[in-house]
Amino acid sequence: MRRGWLVSDLATHAHSAHPPGFAHQFEDIEQQREAAHLGMWAFLVTEILFFGGMFTAYIVYRSLHYPAFEIGSHLLEVKFGATNTAVLIFSSLTMAMAIHSAQTGKSKQTVITWLILTMILGATFLGLKLRFEWYEDYVKHIVPGAYFGFENQWGPLGGQVEMFMCFYFFMTGLHAIHMVIGLGILTVLVIMTAKGKFSSEYYAPLEISGLYWHFVDIVWIFLFPLLYLIGGRYIPH
Amino acid sequence: MSSPEQGHSEHVVPVSVYVGVFLALLALTALTTGVAYIDLGAFNTVVALVIAFIKMLLVVLFFMHIRWATGLTRILVLCGFFWLAIMVTFTLGDELTRSWQINPVGWGGMIVPLVRHLF
Repeated sequence: MRRGWLVSDLATHAHSAHPPGFAHQFEDIEQQREAAHLGMWAFLVTEILFFGGMFTAYIVYRSLHYPAFEIGSHLLEVKFGATNTAVLIFSSLTMAMAIHSAQTGKSKQTVITWLILTMILGATFLGLKLRFEWYEDYVKHIVPGAYFGFENQWGPLGGQVEMFMCFYFFMTGLHAIHMVIGLGILTVLVIMTAKGKFSSEYYAPLEISGLYWHFVDIVWIFLFPLLYLIGGRYIPH
Repeated sequence: MSSPEQGHSEHVVPVSVYVGVFLALLALTALTTGVAYIDLGAFNTVVALVIAFIKMLLVVLFFMHIRWATGLTRILVLCGFFWLAIMVTFTLGDELTRSWQINPVGWGGMIVPLVRHLF
């Protein structure tokens, strides 16, 4: 196989048949797909370290103030955390199915259905979080802000419990912002699919957006045990 | 050099694999939640983290197609986690080997005695 293009090739190439979405600088669609994947993973590596900074800070403070973090963790409702984990895992499946249907040349309607299902599940996650968790926390004054304080309840440990709640809100908040951005990306994908931009040859935007969506899922997979399940939930003997 | 299915970013994964991974992830979520209600002492945290790690592997390998990715992509992914490990290890190496004062005295507590001592 010949590698590289000559100037004379570019002219003929521009008119020759190639799948829509194929960029001329690539040798073939396979190379283009690989480049897109690699680029997206480079971004995700920066995201690992972005969230990693928070996880590192969490690990340090948890090692310093373990008893207070246990108290703080028990203020959270496991049932909502577990439900949301299941919802997010389900949305990862529907996202994988959207890519699968594009890959196997299914109709636009099928791809859009899977994408919209993913969006509904993502919105369900955010809805549950806002209505049953953050709103309830706001009512109970355990949100950093006005009337936030645990000194009356736990004395000297109070400040450290506050620290846990700050970690909880900043980590889940940052995760939720990523979910909202994900919903925006999915909206764009639905429009692109409806316009017929993708084929069984070219669907890289679906794939790399899927990588992002699954990454956000992974962050939650770690947030759930680290925030909701500290020190177990059994009744102490 | 490599297994036949590896080395192509285009790989049609059967739906049954996706559904299987999904069911495994759901089962592991139920397991990690259930185990939290059993008293294992310090092992509650260990079990929770091991399960989270297995779940991450399932998502990365199957949903994110790293199982069928090129070596270059795999190295990049490993780099991400390696650098995260560096950040956590070095930070803890510093943090856990310091001798902390139990009650920090704060700026006022340090400066006022210092000034009195000097003048």
